[in-house]
Amino acid sequence: MSTGTLYDKVWELHRVAELPGGQTQLFIGLHLIHEVTSPQAFAMLDERGLGVRHPERTVATVDHIVPTTDQGRPLADPLAEAMFSALEKNCADHGLRLYGLDSGQQGIVHVIAPELGLSQPGMTVACGDSHTSTHGAFGAIAFGIGTTQVRDVLASQSLAMDKLKVRRVSIHGSLAPGVFAKDVALHVIRRLGVKSGVGYAYEFAGSCIAAMAMEERMTLCNMAIEAGARCGYVNPDQVCFDYLRNRPYAPTGASWQRAVTWWRSLASDGDAVYDDEVAMDAGEIVPTVTWGITPGQAMAVDEVVPTPDQLPPGERPLAQEAYRYMDLQPGQPIAGTPVDVCFIGSCTNGRLSDLRDAALVAKGRHVADGMKAFVVPGSQQVARAAEAEGLDVVFAQAGFEWRRPGCSMCLAMNPDRLEGRQISASSSNRNFKGRQGSSAGRTLLMSPAMVAAAAVSGVVTDVRTMLRTAKNTETEPVE
Amino acid sequence: MTTAPITMVEGKAIALPGHDIDTDRIIPARFLKSISFAGLGNHVFADDRAAAGGDHPFDRPEHQGARILVVNRNFGCGSSREHAPRSLQRWGIAAVIGESFAEIFASNCLALGMPCLRGETGTVEDIQQLVQEQPGVHFCLTLEAPTLRGLDRHWPLTMENGPQTMLLNGCWDATGLLLSHDDRLRRTALQLPYLNDFALSN
Repeated sequence: MSTGTLYDKVWELHRVAELPGGQTQLFIGLHLIHEVTSPQAFAMLDERGLGVRHPERTVATVDHIVPTTDQGRPLADPLAEAMFSALEKNCADHGLRLYGLDSGQQGIVHVIAPELGLSQPGMTVACGDSHTSTHGAFGAIAFGIGTTQVRDVLASQSLAMDKLKVRRVSIHGSLAPGVFAKDVALHVIRRLGVKSGVGYAYEFAGSCIAAMAMEERMTLCNMAIEAGARCGYVNPDQVCFDYLRNRPYAPTGASWQRAVTWWRSLASDGDAVYDDEVAMDAGEIVPTVTWGITPGQAMAVDEVVPTPDQLPPGERPLAQEAYRYMDLQPGQPIAGTPVDVCFIGSCTNGRLSDLRDAALVAKGRHVADGMKAFVVPGSQQVARAAEAEGLDVVFAQAGFEWRRPGCSMCLAMNPDRLEGRQISASSSNRNFKGRQGSSAGRTLLMSPAMVAAAAVSGVVTDVRTMLRTAKNTETEPVE
Repeated sequence: MTTAPITMVEGKAIALPGHDIDTDRIIPARFLKSISFAGLGNHVFADDRAAAGGDHPFDRPEHQGARILVVNRNFGCGSSREHAPRSLQRWGIAAVIGESFAEIFASNCLALGMPCLRGETGTVEDIQQLVQEQPGVHFCLTLEAPTLRGLDRHWPLTMENGPQTMLLNGCWDATGLLLSHDDRLRRTALQLPYLNDFALSN
């Protein structure tokens, strides 16, 4: 059993009671809600005549169903409008803060909570969305929950939980140019497998993680759930404090210093005990692409699609299913695979640094003939910051559409979706069958820079070759 | 709020072989566009069933009315959507046996009073084979000393202690229990630095 880890400390601080059956009642410090998984929870509260216990600890936004083109109200899709209206009514009825479309702060819930300074070290964070693990980047214990649990948090600000084991995933060394946090995430999932994290919290540690900016850590923690780990986290450090300082909900004045002192004390102790430990070398990570129908079916961009005999026997049936669904042959290179749609955005990779990385590739180039390519900033704040430095113009000149914030084609609960058997290069998090809105649609997950590279070349491309070219053109502009 | 104890589930079983079956496949996102859970049962595995052209286990006549779903590893991975177990439940599933379950899926099942029981690989594959060969077999699944029985045979299963106790005692609907600890909730909030020294301004 783990001791002295951040997970243990935060768990202990939030422990309300031991429940019959052995579960723990855990206090939830920050509750985030959105329009998809909350309406039924409010209905359940109403049925029982219950109110919201800590309305000041629940924050709402609208992200999954909003169109990324015309966001005028009422929304064109009556089902989407009904969900949005229900969220507005529920928030008004219960006195909850809602960052709606006219707030200037709306966006994907896992993008706006960090940028508002809501997500902080030492908190327990819950949201009816599996990618809540994102907030672990701040040294929070953050995890996704279902709708009945959303009801429980609204009613009691707590949840019945089983304590997880803790696995430290250490990544040492530095990343080569053209290799991004997304590649680290896909590499970890490929190495450990999509079920490895079931029953575990993942602590990401090592010099590679220490050198990462907060947005990179968010990308990595976001994908912890794709390894099966309900939460992933990074110990809070100066990088984290510098990010939080002066954010709207960050502590100020004398309480800032008290906060930093407390936050530092939460980091895992030097002699902490872990249930398991694994280590990887950052130097062996290269641009990574998925070839199959789970995020673990990933490969280096310069490898060939694995053949069944290269895989453990237990993984072969799923591989056969993936070859058929993806229409890829074992042994064929992934580089050069034609792509129909390129999507840059999502709670995994829709932040300013992601857009900068992609823009560096797009600049001075143009999307391939017949390619549909679009960029969806993760929030209104990301959109403003990107526009302030001209990224929207870079993308537009390169033939990418510049959209309004939302979850977009990550999960296709809005007009952005694949059609028929289209294949996408996507900076999102899931390549499941049908995930992007067409029951035959195919998804290749990769970093935003790799998506941009695929967009301009029309095929899956090793972005490292383009970054070298981009550097040359920077010193000697083509235009 | 007390809920009924769940000690056993009886009925036919349905096998759905395959690892890593995610919640997008159990209920595609387009069916989440609603402010209620009504009608979900019609859409469980909608895309897989359409692709199978009527030959999906959930469409085969011999499996209609089945109550026990038998799956393999990491069932219910991916999205946290409670719509997934809800759609299974509304189709008629009352318990799931598998080699392993994704974390959030299992806790969503518990919240609905739908037991998730684990079996060794060989055990699960054995049950799946039997169900495929003799779909009409009537099974009895007991939660105390978790076991599946049918055709004069029995298969040992396991369950986490917490969910097992909560289901057997009928306290799997947690809200009432959580609210009963009013004082302790107050005390916990009072000792959390971020709620006191530097609480969120409202």
